[in-house]
Amino acid sequence: MYEIVAFYLFSALTIGLFLVTVMSKNVLYAMTSLAAGMVLISGFFFILGADFLGVVQLIVYVGAIMALYSFAMMFFDATKDIKEKNTGNALVFVLGGLSALVLVLMFAAPIHSDAIEALYPMHPNAGNAQDVGIVLFTKYLIPFEVAAVMLLVAMIAGIILAGKKMDESLTEDVAADEELMIVKDKK
Amino acid sequence: MIGLTHYLIVSAIIFSIGLVGVLRRRNLLMLFFATEVMLNAVNIAFAAISHYYNDLTGQMFAFFVIAIAASEVAVGLGILIVLYKKYGSLDLDDLANMRG
Repeated sequence: MYEIVAFYLFSALTIGLFLVTVMSKNVLYAMTSLAAGMVLISGFFFILGADFLGVVQLIVYVGAIMALYSFAMMFFDATKDIKEKNTGNALVFVLGGLSALVLVLMFAAPIHSDAIEALYPMHPNAGNAQDVGIVLFTKYLIPFEVAAVMLLVAMIAGIILAGKKMDESLTEDVAADEELMIVKDKK
Repeated sequence: MIGLTHYLIVSAIIFSIGLVGVLRRRNLLMLFFATEVMLNAVNIAFAAISHYYNDLTGQMFAFFVIAIAASEVAVGLGILIVLYKKYGSLDLDDLANMRG
């Protein structure tokens, strides 16, 4: 009973929040609704018994990625509404609707489930985090290490890309900055 | 009772919302938000299939999807900052017009 209520509540709220993300003209609204939608998606993971995945979703997505976005928004003008020239809006909606239909048909098709065997079955006695840890550090060790190297490369790339000319101001008035420098020099 | 199909249909709807966003948005930052929506939709499908077939592989793939999303955001935001410094705008049409 609780599962049904939670499922419908979460799915309605998530779809609504992501619609706001996609349709909103304001960057701040879009980002906030995206963060809220991600929190609700971690709720889906908790219903599904994937506790560790839910916690990772909360920490990495809501904690790290959204914080990164909000820091990046300090570089861009976030309060101003975005003016977008939408060419061929009807076409986009028809294409989106058609692909939605195809996806729903694909996912609603019956699955020949007898042929599917669990490769790494879950153990009901062990917790989800234990299960995940054992599979991740035995069967998926090499992908795990490769992902670690990829994250390191991404970190270095992010620092180098964003860190160049960090001393130059993007948004502030250059003349005002120069005036400040002159005042400092006089002192 | 909530079955696998329910979750897959919700995931498909969210994925299509992200797809509409990718097709419709002209601002690069908003385009990034739409890709995040699509990645999250796929994660829901992975977790649901993992639960209903009692198999951990789906959750493993969801972890790697999250890792890839994190590195994508780090590199992508660096590129966005460089573009903004260069052109003063994140609009795709402006960026396309300024091609030398």
